[in-house]
This record gives sequence, C-alpha cells and structure tokens, in this order.
Amino acid sequence: MDIFIQQVVNGLVLGCIYALIALGYTMVYGILGIINFAHGDILMVGALTALSGILGLQYLFPSMPQWLMLVVATLIAMPACAFLSYGIERVAYRPLRNAPRLAPLITAIGISIILQTLAMMIWSRNPLIFPTLLPSSPIDIFSTGAVITGKEIVIIVLSFVVMVGLLLLVNRTKLGRAMRATAESPRIASLMGVNPNFVISATFMIGAALAAVAGVMMATNYGNAHFYMGFIPGLKAFTAAVLGGIGNLAGAMIGGILLGLIEALGAGYIGDFTNDVFGSNYQDVFAFIVLIVVLVFRPSGIMGERVADRA
Amino acid sequence: MTTPLLSVQNINKRFGGLQALSDVGLQIAPGQIYGLIGPNGAGKTTFFNVITGLYTPDSGTFMLDGKPYQPIAVHEVAKAGIARTFQNIRLFGDMTALENVMVGRHVRTKAGIFGAVFRPASVKREEAAIEDMAHDLLEYVGIGQYAHYTARNLSYGHQRRLEIARALATEPKLLALDEPAAGMNATEKVELRALLDKIRQDGRTILLIEHDVKLVMGLCDQMTVLDYGKVIAQGLPQDVQKDPAVIEAYLGTPAH
Amino acid sequence: MKKKKLAIVGFVAIALLAPFIAQTFGGNYWVRILDFALLYIMLALGLNIVVGFAGLLDLGYIAFYAVGAYLMALLSSPQLTTQFAELAQLFPSGIHLGFWWVLLIAGPVAALFGVILGAPTLKLRGDYLAIVTLGFGEIIRIFLNNLDRPVNITNGPKGINAIDPVVFFGIDLSKAQELFGITLSPSLMYYYLIMALVIGVVFISFRLQHSRIGRAWVAIREDETAAKAMGINTRNVKLLAFAMGATFGGISGVVFGAFQAFVSPESFVLWESIYVLAIVVLGGMGHIPGVILGGILLVGFQEFLRELAEPVQKMLFGQVYIDAEVLRQLLFGLALVVIMLYRPSGIWPAPKREDRPVTRTGARTRSGTNPLEGGAR
Repeated sequence: MDIFIQQVVNGLVLGCIYALIALGYTMVYGILGIINFAHGDILMVGALTALSGILGLQYLFPSMPQWLMLVVATLIAMPACAFLSYGIERVAYRPLRNAPRLAPLITAIGISIILQTLAMMIWSRNPLIFPTLLPSSPIDIFSTGAVITGKEIVIIVLSFVVMVGLLLLVNRTKLGRAMRATAESPRIASLMGVNPNFVISATFMIGAALAAVAGVMMATNYGNAHFYMGFIPGLKAFTAAVLGGIGNLAGAMIGGILLGLIEALGAGYIGDFTNDVFGSNYQDVFAFIVLIVVLVFRPSGIMGERVADRA
Repeated sequence: MTTPLLSVQNINKRFGGLQALSDVGLQIAPGQIYGLIGPNGAGKTTFFNVITGLYTPDSGTFMLDGKPYQPIAVHEVAKAGIARTFQNIRLFGDMTALENVMVGRHVRTKAGIFGAVFRPASVKREEAAIEDMAHDLLEYVGIGQYAHYTARNLSYGHQRRLEIARALATEPKLLALDEPAAGMNATEKVELRALLDKIRQDGRTILLIEHDVKLVMGLCDQMTVLDYGKVIAQGLPQDVQKDPAVIEAYLGTPAH
Repeated sequence: MKKKKLAIVGFVAIALLAPFIAQTFGGNYWVRILDFALLYIMLALGLNIVVGFAGLLDLGYIAFYAVGAYLMALLSSPQLTTQFAELAQLFPSGIHLGFWWVLLIAGPVAALFGVILGAPTLKLRGDYLAIVTLGFGEIIRIFLNNLDRPVNITNGPKGINAIDPVVFFGIDLSKAQELFGITLSPSLMYYYLIMALVIGVVFISFRLQHSRIGRAWVAIREDETAAKAMGINTRNVKLLAFAMGATFGGISGVVFGAFQAFVSPESFVLWESIYVLAIVVLGGMGHIPGVILGGILLVGFQEFLRELAEPVQKMLFGQVYIDAEVLRQLLFGLALVVIMLYRPSGIWPAPKREDRPVTRTGARTRSGTNPLEGGAR
C-alpha cells in the first residue's frame, strides 16, 4: 500500500501529459484517418522553444517572476507549434489526401526525422537542462507516505483546465460544431458550408498547441529537454488514444490517464510480481503490450471509436 | 422441378435498430438468370453480402446444389462455388487484366511456397493452365486484347467485364453479379446482356442485382422483389411486373 | 531484349569486380561498406515481400535481423558457456555450432517469429499495423537490452562478442588468405559470400513474385475483400508473407553476426527498420531491381555524404556548420517526404509495358477454346 498512492500520483501526472498529446492524435485521426507520426516531435519542438523562451526572458527580464516566465514561454511555444503543424499539414499531408495509405505515413516519418535533426542542429544533440521554475519540494499527502510536488499539482490542474476548455470549444462553439461535423462526414459537412480544409488546419493547430503544453509539462517534470524526447511519449499517447477509442475526445483523455496509471503501477509492482525477473526497466514495454492487447481484443477502445465516414 | 442450385430460407439480418432483411427466401434453378430487384435500400446488397459471407445473418438456412451451405468465412464461399462481383468494382488495380483473372484461379489450384520456389513440372503445368484459361476468359468476355493493360487503366465497361471474367475463373456454380450494368451506356448494356446470355447458354447460373428494369425484365427467367428487407413478389418477370405491390413500391415508368 | 541482357551482364560484371575496385581505390574501409550495402539489400528484399508484395506495413522488421544475429551469437560464441556452468560442463569446448548450422536453424526460427509477430496484426488496418509492428520491434530490442538480469542471456547493452567467423571448406573467412599471389582480405571474402546469398534471395523473390502465392499477396495488397471473395485465405497468405520476410531477415542476421563477430541491441533500433523500409519504398515497392537500386543508392549516398559533407562545407563556407551525420539524417528525412510527394511508386517502379503484344506463353498457343466448357466443377 505504501507505494500504491505514490504510483497513482505519478501515474496521474504522466497520464495527464499523455492525455494532452493523445487529443492531438485522436482529433487528426478522427477527421483524416491517418496517424500523425510527427505529432510527438511537435511536443519536442514545444518544449525546446519554451526553453529558448525562458532563457531569453531570463536574460532580458531577470526580475520577472519565475512562474510568469514559464507561462510566457509556453504562450510563445504554443503558436509556434501551431504554425509548424499547420505547415506540415499543408506540405506533407494535404497533397496526399487521396494517395494510398502508405504515402502519408512515410512522409510523416520523414517529417519526424527532419524535425529531430533540425532540433539537433538548432538546440543540441545533448539533453539540455530545463529550469525548474515551479516549486518542486515534496509535499506530504495527508500522511499516506506519498509525496507530491508543486509542479505536479500544476500539471494535473492545468491539464484538466485545458481538457475542459477543449471540450467547451468542441461542444459549444461554431468551430467546434464544424469540427464535429467534419469528423462525422467531411463531404456532408462541406455541403453544409463548412470548409473542410479550414477545419483540418484548425484541428492540426489546436492539437499542436496542446502538444506544446504537454511538452513544457514534460520538460518541467523531468528537468530536461532533448531532441528525442517526443518520440516514445508520442507513441504511448497514440496507444492511449486507441485505448480510449480513436476519434473520441473523451476517450483520449480517459485513455491517457488510464495508460499513465497502468504504466506507473506496472513499473512499481512488476518487480514484486515477477520476483525481480522483470524490473521497471521494462516500463516502455507496458504501453506496447496495452496497444497490442487493445487492438487485438477490443479495437474500438473503451469508449468506442469515431472515425469519419469517408466512403 | 430439379434440385434448386441455391435455396435460401428465413434470412434475417438486423443492424442495430434496422431490420435489413426479414424472412427472405428464394430458390434459383440451375441454368437460370435470376433477378433480385427493389428500390434503393431494400436490402439487395445486404442479401448478397449474407450469401457470400461478408455479413453473418441472424438466422437462415442455405442449400447450395442440394447440400447444406454455411457462408461463414468469405474465402470459403468461392471454394463452395459462389463467385461475386461488386457494386463499385473491386479489381486489383495495380495488376494487369490477365493477372486479375489469374488470381481468380487461386481457389482451384494449389501450388504453395515450395511449389513457387522449386517449380517442379506439376507446378509449371499448373501455371501454364492458369495462364491459358485466363487468356481464354478474357477473350470470352471480349477484352482479350487488353490482357496486359493495368486494370485501373481500363475503361469502365471493360473493368466490369474483367470483374466478370475474374469471377468466372473460380469456376463457380453460381455467378452473383451486383449491379453489373451500373454506369453503363445503352450500347454497353446491350453487350453486357449478350454476355450474360452467353454465360447462361454455356450452362452457368446467374444471380443478378440490377436497377435497370428493361435489362432485367428481358433477361431474367425468374425474379424476387425486395422492399424494406421483405420479399414483396416472386416469380416470372411478366407476373412480377404486373403485381400491384411491386408497382406501388418501385416500378415507375420503365423507359429510360 | 539484347540491350537488357547486355545491361544485366554488365551489372553482374561490375558487381563481381566491385570489391577489388573498392579496395584498390579506397582501401578496406570501402570493401566493408560494400559488405554492409549487400546486407541491407538482402534485408530490403525480405521486407519487400512483406511491404512490397503483400502491402503489409511492417515497421519492426529489424527484429528478425536481431533474431538471426543473436541466434548466431548464442550458438556460436563463448557467451552461453561462460554464463551457465551447466552448459559449460555439457559442452567443454564451448558451443560453436558454426555459421552453416546456425543458418539452417535460423530460417525456421525466424519464420516462427514472423508468424508469432504477424498473427495479432492480421485484422489491423494499415496505420495500426505499422504501429503494432513498431511496438513489436521495440519490445524485442528492449528484451535484448535487458536480458542480462537475473540470468545473463544476451549480455544486455554490452552485447556479445567473439562470435565465430564463417569457415568455408576449412578456410576461415576472418583471416586474410592468399590466392594466386593476391591477398584476399576478410571483407573481400565475405563480400562474395554475402553476394551469393543475395543472389539466392533475389532468385527466390522472383520465383515467389511470379507464382500463385505472389499473385495472392498482391491481390491482398490491392483489395483484401475482393481477394477473400476470390477464395484466397487471407489469414494464411499474410502469415506466409510475414514468415518469408522474417526468414530472409533472420538469414541476413546470421551473416551479420558472423561477419561483425559482435552483436548488440544498438544495431537493431527503430531507425534501422525505417532505413530498410526506406530502401524498399524509395527504390520501388514490389519491384526487385528497384529495391536493389534503392539499397545501392541509399548506402552509397550515405557514405558519399559522410566523406564529402565536411570537406565541402569547409571549402564553401570556411567551416563545418552541419555535422556529416546530422546532414545525412536531414537529407534522408527530406528524401522520404519529397519522393512520396513527387514519385510515390519509387525511383524505379515496375514498368507497365501495356502495349506489348498479347502472346500466350502457356501450354496452348491458339485461342478459341470455350473456358466455360465442362460445366462448374
């Protein structure tokens, strides 16, 4: 029981980050039916851009409160990623809308590689330290033995705020209605006056902004950022999206948090379960196993998939 | 009457809230061209998909050539003797016309990996026979000279005929055609009718979904009319044509 | 027809002389490059069966390479006998099965892995299949990296070394030999060994392509539903594709293990799977000569870049702005995007030749038989 609460807390933090990334995947898959392989690397660009922003702010306005620096840097990273993602969609995905499935996947892989190498060139091949701008001293949780830090609380709270914001956007605004319509059937939506290209671009941009926030959260949580930081979390977030039901927003959120919990609890307990044959170094394997199990036994995910009818 | 080639009874299929097929049954005698008509959404393609294994019915019995028939796995259907074409042509686009038809021979041939790699005399003979029959079938349907054309580059009418040739390659007992005349102009329809006639004369049985009333009336020996998943008329074309239920449900002016 | 035959003869001649040319002008380093190029080509031809013929997007193909390599490492090196005393007792002179026996075993073992990894993917659509196979590839790599505790099977990230070299009729290929006064370096001898295997793989691929199974693979790739409707047991045929591809991957791995005498999980990362996929896709999916060309171009260009990137930059700009390695990766990514946008069927796709005359090469040379005669059987 002693590590249970702690692992739940860790899993929740991890899961919130996965959820934000998963939303980007699920929205794009819901409308276009493709996996945006490069999405994880957008997260990386967001984190590194924010890092540069912070360093810049530290240089220009050294007396600015730390948390404000983080906020400003994130607000710089979000539109940067949004425009990057917009550009990627225009250049690499839009021309291949009607090509066989293999083509956009290959271009996505190519874009992923390009982003990583550019990041290597612009920032560095080595991991860079991400300044700790939020309180990170452990706080005891009601004497359960588990601890949580200020930054982790911020991550959880902020994630929920963002997720609620997205749900409001999708369910209560005109753009959201257009997005839902296009996700159901792009053709019919266009007959109703919705410009599918506009909606698709908006979807990419919103997803990218979320990924940027997730990237900053990750960098804050682990204290570093590097060019390869987005790839594996990206894959895991995709697993989360599938787990929750691809194309389904609520599914992505639930899937993300669930996956985070599975990973944390798994890593925490696997040593005990297997008599130390397998340790927490197999952590990454959990996500892949979840993916395979879900796709084989319940491919529509927990909450059911919602993919566009592109007959 | 002789044993029906295909006899189905009590087919029911429900999709969520929609009862797509209710207690549908029909019998096709060997050597007939049998028509299945009905307004859009009546369940004709659903019925096709049920007898060819793409959908699992909620209930129903099937008999093919006097023996019970279970259309469970799609790939077993061709082996049992039913070959189909599709409403929106599903050819193997990147393969040539000849290769498409050769794939049709898959179910009646048996070379495996070892045969492929070592090519003993028996496999060489089998391959030669496959290629011969494929050429013959392409000529039979009238596109022999396009043997090496990539399937997706063929004209629409030729693609339809290629799909029929491919289905014939499986040596089916029943050839099930899903709207073979869709999208064809008048000349092409006349040619199609001649082809289907020829196939019937050569002893094959055809089940046909079609919207073109004139084509169907002149060609079919017997018909079933579906509406909202139910059979509303069955029998000879001239009788079905006059049936008030049918006229009410579907038949407008036949002239196109 | 004559021009084509001449081209093939010329190509074969160059291929046979290549290592000597490379050695003379570049030294042993370049002969080793040729050896790795051939290994990549062999891998690409194996992946070509899965991706090119059957259209199954496998992003974890390198796992089969790993299976072959580690089989060679475990069955023909000191690793197992040093780690497990019981085995050392059973095999006092060590487990040294040797290249040829391992090669024989690796085929079926890799095929089995192919079936195991392929089975869960049979119902998956393209993108999902890619991610799942990627996951499998990563799982295998993680296991290889971590199976040094609690019992040391794979020696983890440190890898296994002292793998036995290939011994061919008593000749140890890892030691230079003298023949008619010419010194044959190990790299040179391995070149001809790998080349022989590549020729075998090419031959088998061709046979498979023009066979009932090959047509079934392409049918599944083009339209799986129609393939099923034509009586193709798509589950079994897909598993066959995975098994064949895996077999070639495994065989390549065995050669790699013996050649390099060292294996570690580092050689089997995701990037390698992507690289092999790129060779297939950029070269010409499903087109065997295209895949070979893709391998030559990609490896060649990579080395070319490695040699020239820095000197050229120094010459043009006075200093090196972009590391050769980084530049290579950047251009690789760009190539993937650009070729998919402008030449999606690859640099050398299968030629169509639609207007070639319709001649029958089957048994009968005359038409006129009614194919429907004889009734339905």
